[in-house]
This record gives sequence, structure tokens and C-alpha cells, in this order.
Amino acid sequence: MNRKIYNILMVGVGGQGIITASDIFALAALIHGFDAKKSEIHGMSQRGGSVFSHVRFGEKVHSPVIARGEVDILLSLEEMETLRWLAYANKKSLVVVSKTRIKPAMVSDYPEDMEQQLGKSFPNLLMVDPGVLSKRIENEKFFNVSLLGLIAPLLPISIQAWEKAIGQKVPLHFLEQNLNAFKQGSLYYDSIKKEVNS
Amino acid sequence: MEKLLLSGNEAIALGAYEAGAIVGTGYPGTPSSEILEALTSYPGVYTEWSVNEKVAFEVALGAVLAGARTLVTMKHVGLNVAADPLFTSSYTGIKAGLVIVTADDPQIHSSQNEQDNRNYAAAAKIPMLEPADSQEAKDFTELAFVLSERYDTPVLLRTTTRISHSMTVVTKGKNPDRSHKAQGFKRNREKYVMIPAHARARHSIVEQRMRNMTQDSNNLAVNRMELADKRIGIITSGVSYTYVKEVLPEASVLKLGMVYPLPEKLIREFAEYAEKLIIVEELDPFFELRIKAMGLAAQGKQHLPLVGELSPDTIRSGLKAVVPQELFAQGSAAAQQKLSSAYTPPPRPPALCPGCPHRTVFTILKKLDLIVTGDIGCYTLGVLPPFSAMDTCVEMGGSVGMAQGMEAALGSAYNHNTVAVIGDSTFAHSGVTGLINAAYNKHRSVIIVLDNETTAMTGMQPNPLSGQRINKETTVKLDYLKLAEAMGIKTENVHIVDAYAKAQVEEAITASLNKRELSLIVVQGPCIILKRKRKKA
Ligand SMILES: Cc1ncc(C[n+]2csc(CCOP(=O)(O)OP(=O)(O)O)c2C)c(N)n1
Ligand code: SF4
Repeated sequence: MNRKIYNILMVGVGGQGIITASDIFALAALIHGFDAKKSEIHGMSQRGGSVFSHVRFGEKVHSPVIARGEVDILLSLEEMETLRWLAYANKKSLVVVSKTRIKPAMVSDYPEDMEQQLGKSFPNLLMVDPGVLSKRIENEKFFNVSLLGLIAPLLPISIQAWEKAIGQKVPLHFLEQNLNAFKQGSLYYDSIKKEVNS
Repeated sequence: MEKLLLSGNEAIALGAYEAGAIVGTGYPGTPSSEILEALTSYPGVYTEWSVNEKVAFEVALGAVLAGARTLVTMKHVGLNVAADPLFTSSYTGIKAGLVIVTADDPQIHSSQNEQDNRNYAAAAKIPMLEPADSQEAKDFTELAFVLSERYDTPVLLRTTTRISHSMTVVTKGKNPDRSHKAQGFKRNREKYVMIPAHARARHSIVEQRMRNMTQDSNNLAVNRMELADKRIGIITSGVSYTYVKEVLPEASVLKLGMVYPLPEKLIREFAEYAEKLIIVEELDPFFELRIKAMGLAAQGKQHLPLVGELSPDTIRSGLKAVVPQELFAQGSAAAQQKLSSAYTPPPRPPALCPGCPHRTVFTILKKLDLIVTGDIGCYTLGVLPPFSAMDTCVEMGGSVGMAQGMEAALGSAYNHNTVAVIGDSTFAHSGVTGLINAAYNKHRSVIIVLDNETTAMTGMQPNPLSGQRINKETTVKLDYLKLAEAMGIKTENVHIVDAYAKAQVEEAITASLNKRELSLIVVQGPCIILKRKRKKA
């Protein structure tokens, strides 16, 4: 096993399923045999605030939080939220962004040029069309899990470990659909892989 | 051995279960609330959400004197409420193990202040343990029960938000000790009845106990030296330890698992070894002052902030000036390549949910432009736009007393433009006593209880106005009318109104202010997130 610690930062807005997704993520890493830690601040009960979760895994993880600049993958479920966490990323970080826009309460119009802004800041950017992915999964509710499937091919965690973790974290009657969402995410990644590599 | 990924809070509950706890009490408060919720899921443990932290502590103390190993949980400011029994329980000691969890909140993620509760350990002369991850959270809880019974003392277990809410790997214990049974209360008046003559004797015993523990702490395995490079010796505890290991992997470290009393001999030994001592601790210079008082040269707060959480980044930048460059972890080369953006996303401040029952009252209070003494809960968001209708918020229950003070200050010049606003859980916690005061001292305050049937802010825990206990069992509901009547508030001055009936809410407020008599207005409507949850269940 190499000594690398993998640092994944998942960000978005309350209600997008980030906490569940990061629960699954860290558990999959543990089941695979890694040391794993994850850290987030459980917001207050009200909806709509910024949400983030740090997931770290490797042979031995000390800090539950990622140091600035050290993120390997920034997985963002909301366009402008991505920029809030810029300081944690670097030029090599893979930044996966779902093209989802949730307008903050205090703002009158969502900035039109957000995609351009993201393109300017993140050299290694992958924009995901939630429409395309959602069509392939039965229910938008499992979109968070399909995004895990999307980045899974980039990580040294076995499919079996991922599936086992999903099995432990989602209700039984939704298991099928979640496993399918995960698979569709990976297939989607395969279909766009060439872009990422270039 | 089964490995789990648990939050610090879940790990504390597991530790208490494995240590044989048979009673768990507490009052919710971020970041502590999940401990008791997790403990409730284990068989053979009685748990309760008590009405407030003081009562939770008293129930716990009664339980241990009757022989039950007991865990009591609260957030940092909760210990202020429970401070009275805390200090004297140090004198009475225990019978079965008593572990008090105080969950501190550096960075004020969800609190009203950033107090460092290590100070309580010193002030109340009660030992305190502080874990650095979930495994330690479990192990230290078990150790806390052992120490409690070995030294006949309550033991404090301090977590911080990062420990309570981070998930790390935990190995389940082999044999949970579930044989422990309460034997019932045995009289011991010199020990349990703190009249001055008894208390004086007990105080000497407390001091002797602390001397013994100070001595023994030098050999406690949770206080651990990790000797490496001699140039720098770091003394640290809790989550800060994990940051230090990340940022300064080659430095020598003295990791304190017991943060009070301090292992003086061990610290001196460590100081002998390392050329320069640096204390890395969040918030107050608690270790630093004590280590300096030992006559040792140490540095700390001149490099690190007194305010907020530490992080790998703050430690790296703070210690740059005093630690040789080569002791710092390299970090990835990529991390040096900083990114930039011309656009800064606007903040997403928390706001009342769409459809929240609290919205009506604040719309009206804003319209009437009243002075509003506020309190703590979801409804504190009434201070922010679009409502901007709250003028004070200090601590739980504070709204009720402060409204009376504003009236008292002005005497006959008071022009009846002030109302107190308080949530149902907060009202039960400490608003009731304030209301008794208002009736007794003939204040003419208008007290508005926002009853959403739950403790929403901290995650929907049931309370005395919910008709439900922690285990979902149904129970009595406090009757506002009878309560008010018993206090001496006129029945006609009690208004119970629907949170969505705007006109009635406004009418109740204006009528009460015009009447110039002590009034209680209860605005009822369930939290909509609670409603959604009930539907799902
Ligand atoms: C002494 C103390 N204990 C606990 C807390 C944590 N806390 C903040 S608000 C709150 C209660 C909120 O419930 P309620 O008054 O019913 O208002 P709601 O959030 O439901 O609107 C609690 C327990 C605190 N701030 N202070
Ligand atoms: S959680 Fe409930 S009480 Fe809190 S803002 Fe939302 S609806 Fe209102």
C-alpha cells in the first residue's frame, strides 16, 4: 500500500445528500482496508446553508480535516459553492461540478457566467450535466450516489467495497436504485474519460 | 475484531455501553446531542432528555449514589447551567461511576460563545479527559468510568465539535461489561449531606484526591510521550494532536489524554528532552499557564490564536517562525500551486425554513417595531433580515428575565413596547422560573412562547411540550393554562393562538401590551421539518 493520503472535499448546499454520500465514501474506504476519517460541521436544522464534508483515507490518517491546497478531488453539487472552497484545491485537483444552481436567498440573480468563472479558476474541471445522469437513474434522489460512482474509477477502492458501504448506509427498499445510480455514475465517467485524461 | 466508522459522539455512547452504564441523561445542545440518542439505541440503558442540564446532572448524581454507572451529556454552555451541582459533586464523590460529557464548540459553529471548559475541571477540582479521535472517545469514556470509581470522583470528558462530529475508525470491544447493577442508595450523611461541617472535611479529601491523581497521572497511559527530534517538543491534546502529527511529523510530542490534573513529572521529563517547548492548544492558554507556573520555559499563545479552532494551516503558519523548516511535513508540490478567482460567492446565512411557524410572529413584531428580548433556538434567526425583529439573545431563558429588567429600569416611564420571545424547549428549560419571577414581582411583561412541539435547533429532540420521551414513548404535555393560573397569571391574559393565524397573533400581542398586565401568549404550530419526519415514520 502506498503512503498517499487521498483528500476528497464534497461541497454543496443543505439537502443535497452530501452527508450521506460522504458517509458511504468513508465507509467504503474503511471496508476496502484503509484508515479513513471524515469531518463536517452538522449545520443547524434549517435548510439552505453551505454544506461541506472532508473525506480522507490512506494507510494512516491523522487530521480529520484537509489542509488548504491539498485536495485531490473537489466534488461539488452546486456551481457557485465550488468557488467557496477554492483555497483547498490546487492546479492538479480534479474538480467535478454538477451543473446545479441554487440561488442564495440574498442574491437577486444567479451570475450568468458561473461556468466561465469556474473554467478560469480550475484547470482540471469536469462539468457534469445532472439532466443526463438523472435520466439514467430512476430518481433524482440518488444523484449524490451516482456522483460517487462517477469518481470511483479514479480511486483505489474496490467496487465490492463501494457496494457493501452503500448497502450499509441506505434503506433496504432503496438499495437496488442506489446501486444502479452508482453504476450509472461509473458508466458516465467511462463515456467522458477521454476528456478527463487529455 | 469488528471495525466501525463512528462519530466521536457515537463512540462515547458505545464506550458508555461497554463500560456498563445503565443510566444516561442530558439536555440537547450542539455538538453533544447525538450521544444520548445513540445511547438510547442500546438495550438495558435508561435514558432521558431532562428538562435542562442542571436537572440532568442531578438525576445523574442521584443515579450514581444509588449505584448506577451513569453518563450525563451537555454542550459547553450547558455546564454553566449544571455548574452548581458540578462543584459540590466533587465533594460528595460518587458511588458508581459518573462521567460528564462537555462538548465544547471552538469556532462557535452553533453556540453563543466559545468558552473553554477545561477551566471547569480546574475550578471544580474534577479530573478531565480529552480524546483525539473516535477510538479514544470510546476508550476514554471507559477509562473515565474506571477512574471515577477508583478515585471516588465524577470525571469530565471534554470533546470539541471536531471530535464529536468527525467520523473515524473504532474497534468494538470484546466483552461489554453489562453485569453492572445498581445496589440502591446507602446512607452516608458525612459524605452526601453537605452541611458546612461535612463539607469542610470533604474539601480536604478533594484536595488529597487531586494530589493523588496528579501523582498517578504521570503513569497514566493516555499521557504519552512520542520522542523524536530533540529540537522541538510539542505539548498538545485532542484534535490539535492530529493536526500536529500531520504538520510536524518529526517533532517530539507529549500528548495529554488527561488534561486535568496535569502530569507534572512527565512534563518536566519531556522538557528535559526537548530543547524548545511549544504548547499547541485551542482557545485558552490552559496548559501554557500551568506549565509556565512549573517554572518551565514554554511558548504557545504568542504564536497561535486565542480565538477559533486550530487547523493544520493555522499551526503551520503560526509556528513557522519558531520551528525549523525541515521539521514541517513537505505537503504535496501541487498544494503550492494556488488557485484564484475574481468571484467570491455570497454567503448563505441560515434562515427560517420556508413555511416555518416562527415566521408569523416576527413579521408582526417587525411591523409593530417592538423591542424584543430574544432567546436561543431556530427563532433566533428572527434577528436577521427580512425580519430584523430581535434585540437581545444571551442564554437560554434570558429573554423572560431581561424583559422584566427593561421594565424595572424605567419604572412608571415604561411604555409597554417590549416583548420576550422564547421557544418551547427553552421555556421548559429555564423560562418557567423567569415567569414565576414576573408574576411574583408584579411585572407586566408580555411573554411569547413559540411552541413548535420540538427542540428544532438541535435536531428535533422531544421536550416537555412534545408529549413524547427520548425513546418515543408518549407522556404528559405541560399545560400552559394551568401553569399560568398556578403562578397567578390571570386566565384572560393567557392567549393560545395558531401560528398561521396572523390576525389572531397580532391581536393577542397588541391586546396584551395595551392591557398592561403580565400576559402569556403561546403561538402554536409544529416545526415543518418535524411534520415531514412524522410523515415518513
Ligand atoms: C444552556 C444551553 N443548553 C443548550 C443549548 C443548545 N440549544 C440551543 S437552542 C436550544 C433549544 C431550541 O429549542 P426551542 O426553544 O424549542 O426552539 P426551536 O429551535 O424549536 O425553535 C438548545 C437546546 C444552549 N444554547 N444553551
Ligand atoms: S427547523 Fe423547524 S423550527 Fe427550525 S426553521 Fe425550520 S421549520 Fe422552523
